[in-house]
Amino acid sequence: MSKVVLKTENLGISFGGLKAVQELNLQICEGQLYGLVGPNGAGKTTVFNMITGVYKPTTGKYYLDGEDLTGKNQEAINHKGIARTFQNIRLFNNMTVIRNVMVGLHNQPEFKCGVFASMFRLPVHFKTEKAIRQRAKEILRIVGLAEERNTLSCNLPYGKQRKLEIARALATNPKLLCLDEPAAGMNPNETADLMEIIRRIRDEFNVTILLIEHDMKFVSGLCDEITVLNFGTVLAQGSPDVALNDPEVIKAYIGG
Amino acid sequence: MSSFNSIKWKHYANYIAVAAFTIVFAVLSLVGGLKTSDIYMLEKIAIAIMLAVSLSMVVGFLGELSLGHAGFMCVGAYLGGKTAAVLEPLLGEVPTLLISLLVGGAVAAIFGVIIGLPALRLRGDYLAIVTLAFGEIVRTVFMNSSSESFGGSLGLPTPRFDKNFLFIIAFVLVLGCLAVTQNLIRSKHGRAITSIRDNEIAARATGINVTKYKLIVFTVSSFFAGIAGVLYSYSNFTIQSTNFSYNYSIEILVMVVLGGMGSINGSIIAATLITFLDVKLQTILTGNLAVLQDLFYALILILIVIYNNAPALKGFREAHNFKNLFNKFKKHSPEHIHDDEAKWDRVPTKINMDEVLSVDIQVSSPYTPDKTDKEDK
Amino acid sequence: MKFIETLINGLSMGSTYAMIALGYTMVYGIAKMLNFAHGDVIMVGGYMIFVTMASLGNPILGLLAAVVFCVALGVTIEKIAYKPLRGASPLAVLITAIGVSYLLQSTAQIIFGSAPKMVNVADLGNVKFAGLTVPVYILVTLGCSMVIMLVLSVFVKYTKTGRAMIAVSEDKGAAQLMGINVNKIIMITFAIGSALAAFAGFFMLMKSPSLNNTLGAMPGIKAFTAAVIGGIGSIPGAMLGGMLMGVVEAISLTIPAIAPYTDAIEFLILIVILLVRPTGILGKKRREKV
Repeated sequence: MSKVVLKTENLGISFGGLKAVQELNLQICEGQLYGLVGPNGAGKTTVFNMITGVYKPTTGKYYLDGEDLTGKNQEAINHKGIARTFQNIRLFNNMTVIRNVMVGLHNQPEFKCGVFASMFRLPVHFKTEKAIRQRAKEILRIVGLAEERNTLSCNLPYGKQRKLEIARALATNPKLLCLDEPAAGMNPNETADLMEIIRRIRDEFNVTILLIEHDMKFVSGLCDEITVLNFGTVLAQGSPDVALNDPEVIKAYIGG
Repeated sequence: MSSFNSIKWKHYANYIAVAAFTIVFAVLSLVGGLKTSDIYMLEKIAIAIMLAVSLSMVVGFLGELSLGHAGFMCVGAYLGGKTAAVLEPLLGEVPTLLISLLVGGAVAAIFGVIIGLPALRLRGDYLAIVTLAFGEIVRTVFMNSSSESFGGSLGLPTPRFDKNFLFIIAFVLVLGCLAVTQNLIRSKHGRAITSIRDNEIAARATGINVTKYKLIVFTVSSFFAGIAGVLYSYSNFTIQSTNFSYNYSIEILVMVVLGGMGSINGSIIAATLITFLDVKLQTILTGNLAVLQDLFYALILILIVIYNNAPALKGFREAHNFKNLFNKFKKHSPEHIHDDEAKWDRVPTKINMDEVLSVDIQVSSPYTPDKTDKEDK
Repeated sequence: MKFIETLINGLSMGSTYAMIALGYTMVYGIAKMLNFAHGDVIMVGGYMIFVTMASLGNPILGLLAAVVFCVALGVTIEKIAYKPLRGASPLAVLITAIGVSYLLQSTAQIIFGSAPKMVNVADLGNVKFAGLTVPVYILVTLGCSMVIMLVLSVFVKYTKTGRAMIAVSEDKGAAQLMGINVNKIIMITFAIGSALAAFAGFFMLMKSPSLNNTLGAMPGIKAFTAAVIGGIGSIPGAMLGGMLMGVVEAISLTIPAIAPYTDAIEFLILIVILLVRPTGILGKKRREKV
């Protein structure tokens, strides 16, 4: 059994009287591709929002590499090593593709450069700018956007925007990468391509990936382990074949 | 020589233009080719450029709406002016100028931090009204100060730098302001700042320290507004607090918006043109015609904004604009865009107004996690 | 006793602010824009009262003329200046509104000159009861505005048009799909806001007869502040904010030590309230969906 990267303990959140997520226990191991599935409104994105600090969980705790991150703010959580993408794409629309990724590299320790160093154009500024650009190009090459690096990000087609979001998240050098419906709106070819890219990312960046997805083919073809949520509670956990054939899960999806 | 060629001249074009402008007029003034009114206008232009460039950092790059820029200028003008009045007899002209510039800028910067702090909690439109309130508070306080401290309603007399050099000094300071803002914007920190403008939620999720950058922008911006205020106090014989009302803040905002969101060059050009027009209209339209000045100004403003922004005119704008004309003459790759420019219609994220009309007295919606925190305890 | 008189005076000033604030808040809630020219509509209403009074001598006719003219003006401004910009950046709309504000002020100056005009609407004298001496105009202001606000609340809450207004403010697109004529609703909002502004102008002239082209500027800003204090978009919020503003102003003006700082105090209250409640007292908390 390899090291546990993300562990949640009875994680839950309620909005008013509505318990959006309750008693969520996840254990994601290093290098795993973990899927979070469930019908609409099951609380999947809420789980992401809790893990990344957008919402503060009302109950429970969660740990990244054994460190308690509950209640920290979004920036701090990103610095600790959780990066995410969004269901409704959130790119920096006025920036070129490469600059989006360069923002992601902002906090990397090897690209440190103070505000005053930039303001007064000290040599370290030029050095870091060059290094950041170089690194951003490499990341773009891996996700397959090297050609479009000087295009405005809002002019990219939908599928590529999703890829760019992944690239930007990757640039923050996360331990855990959370992808919120990465294949939404993609055609079958693009989806197959994306599966390949996600695998490659895991291997090349040595990152653990947690993803939300509706496309069952995508999930069962890609994930090592999944958790099925419905109405904020866990229906089933385990390998995709087992979990997706659980009678509870089938009932939740097909109705009964 | 290769390093010389690798310099991106385009990035320095505006320094060169401003410097050339300064040199031309400096020479003119030395040979006596400028009237006093021209020199005064040049001082005004320098002050306007500095104000517009510094406000452009907040509005154009950080994406927050500020309606209180004149307030920071007011702080700088009064404190710098007072420092100058006190120190002038003791230290002589040049050291006094330097010290009062620093004092005015620094105190304004401190106020920038104070105003930047609520900015962290408030969304665009609410922040705008807070900055407006700040400007009015500052003005009221100075207006009611005792006559020994800041002159009260009579105004604070300041030592006018009654020489032909003030505008040169002012333009040198403009160059400094330009260098600092531009360097900041064209660095990783500038990228972080524009990322906050483009999508604050994504910026946070990408690990950008939003708090830090908002404070930095407010501090730097108000520092330069303070410097501009000190210059103003040097360029006029007395400082009247009525000159720093929200109307003036709005005038600066108009320069920034007409110049184009996130375009420093645009701000410079707009500030120069508007100040020039303002002064010229004042001299042309005298007597009974003086009232027409504001009317022209208002009409021009409305027409320009509608022409540039009306969704219905989009097709017309794209078919006939300067950029197309420019591209015809010069081989210009359409993909190339300015690093830090933003289209107006693509900067909607922060200054959005999505408050909803309501008739119910409902203090807050039940769907707020903050509230449930307490309930569960 | 003195304090109660001050309080009544404050409530009366507050109800004037509330009338203006309602205009801001409704336009803000429905058209999602900060109508900077709203304060100047008051001024136009004031001049309309002046013109009617000078020719016909009747203040009530003056008020009617002002209401009609302001409604027409508000709707025209919306049609010409704001409607072409629907869907454009909020900043562009804001700048246009500022332009319209300058336009109204300078036009008034061209027509009427910059010297203040005296408009003696009506000398109603004082009324004494229970040991209090209260000018009648204060009671008239208070009474009229209470009725107007009540009618407005009922209108928005219970009539078809009022409900359509709320629907448009919630979601313009969805409202349109439900068959609501969004343009018409926005036009009605501007009309109501302008009518309220005309009333506010009348009350302001009853209080002090001096009229010039910046009559509406400062009250406009203060009323906007009041709307924000109450929670922008909220109709009860605008009333509450306006009242609060008026009472604070009245109390502050009676204390000599702080009277000159009245404006500053009002704006300071705004800042403090926003720091405690970032969306105002009755404002709804809107959470951006992530």
